[in-house]
Amino acid sequence: MLRRWIQVIATFLSNSYLLFPFTGNIYQGTLKSFCTPGLNCYSCPAATGACPIGALQNFMATLRPGLQAGYQHFGLYVIGTLGLLGSLAGRMPCGWLCPFGFLQELIYKIPSRKFAIPRVLSYVKYLVLVLFVFLLPFFITDEYGYGITWFCKFICPAGTLEAGIPMLLLKPELQSLIGILFYNKLFIMGFFLVWMVLSSRPFCRTACPLGAIYSLFNKHSVFRMTHDPGKCAHCKTCHQNCPMGVKFYESHNDTDCIRCLKCMNESCKFGAISYQIAGSKESSDQGFKGKAVARGQ
Amino acid sequence: MKIQEKGKTPFLLIIFFLFLLLVGINAGEVSTVLETATRICLSCIGIG
Ligand code: SF4
Ligand code: SF4
Repeated sequence: MLRRWIQVIATFLSNSYLLFPFTGNIYQGTLKSFCTPGLNCYSCPAATGACPIGALQNFMATLRPGLQAGYQHFGLYVIGTLGLLGSLAGRMPCGWLCPFGFLQELIYKIPSRKFAIPRVLSYVKYLVLVLFVFLLPFFITDEYGYGITWFCKFICPAGTLEAGIPMLLLKPELQSLIGILFYNKLFIMGFFLVWMVLSSRPFCRTACPLGAIYSLFNKHSVFRMTHDPGKCAHCKTCHQNCPMGVKFYESHNDTDCIRCLKCMNESCKFGAISYQIAGSKESSDQGFKGKAVARGQ
Repeated sequence: MKIQEKGKTPFLLIIFFLFLLLVGINAGEVSTVLETATRICLSCIGIG
């Protein structure tokens, strides 16, 4: 429940510029100097921060002409911000702060038949990160050396949903520019929206470059999950309830774990799951049922 | 019950990324991010 509230608050804080219907424009204040911890398009009319993935691509796309002009802008500000967050909490921002992750959790509540996602697809997001965020924007350039933001332009469903559709409504004059690019993005967005109903967090698990960056820190962050094999009964309840399909009993700081703590608080009855902060381990001697009894619930 | 465990890696990572962050700020990247994020991104919308 606490996590839900934090997700609601984070989504609101990332999108709290409510004057856009009156100004007819996106927010242009200084808060946009800061990167949001989650994937949140900066061209969303209500967005108050900068999407770190959009900002990173932009640094890559303008690196060559920038260097020629004497600017050494490698995107270290964004990389440093993400690295700091990752070093502290790994993929926790995905589970607690990202508006697009939150949206996927809500859509998954729509009743339907549900499908697992093959583990092999979780490697695709690293390909998306390396190719669409770093290599293509840097290497494929025009005659002046400028690249383009490949992930934003050809893939990002958050951009289409949060910025594309609202901006076309807010600025009808842009509608004349709609073409094949827009229909491609509309198709990708529709594809993920349908998949979100059928599978849990499909975009986070298979395609998100920001999740891919944070995931690299899961094993080395200050906040880490711990597993007590002595208490584990291998009932697999944690795996069945995990929104990311993690087999906690096999890999307790798995790259896909978003530290939502569902396994610890709602699944494991044996107290085998806990977390540690900076090496000091929070012991959980009893499972969530034991804790509920102790609280008189 | 608290159990102390060793683990310097997260703190080394924090120092490293804090350093990158400060280098980025010093190089003037904050204003580049602000500039990028305050322009309407036609690629994000899917029309540019
Ligand atoms: S994987 Fe991406 S979209 Fe999913 S929660 Fe993390 S940052 Fe957000
Ligand atoms: S393993 Fe546990 S904490 Fe990690 S994502 Fe799954 S349920 Fe959440």
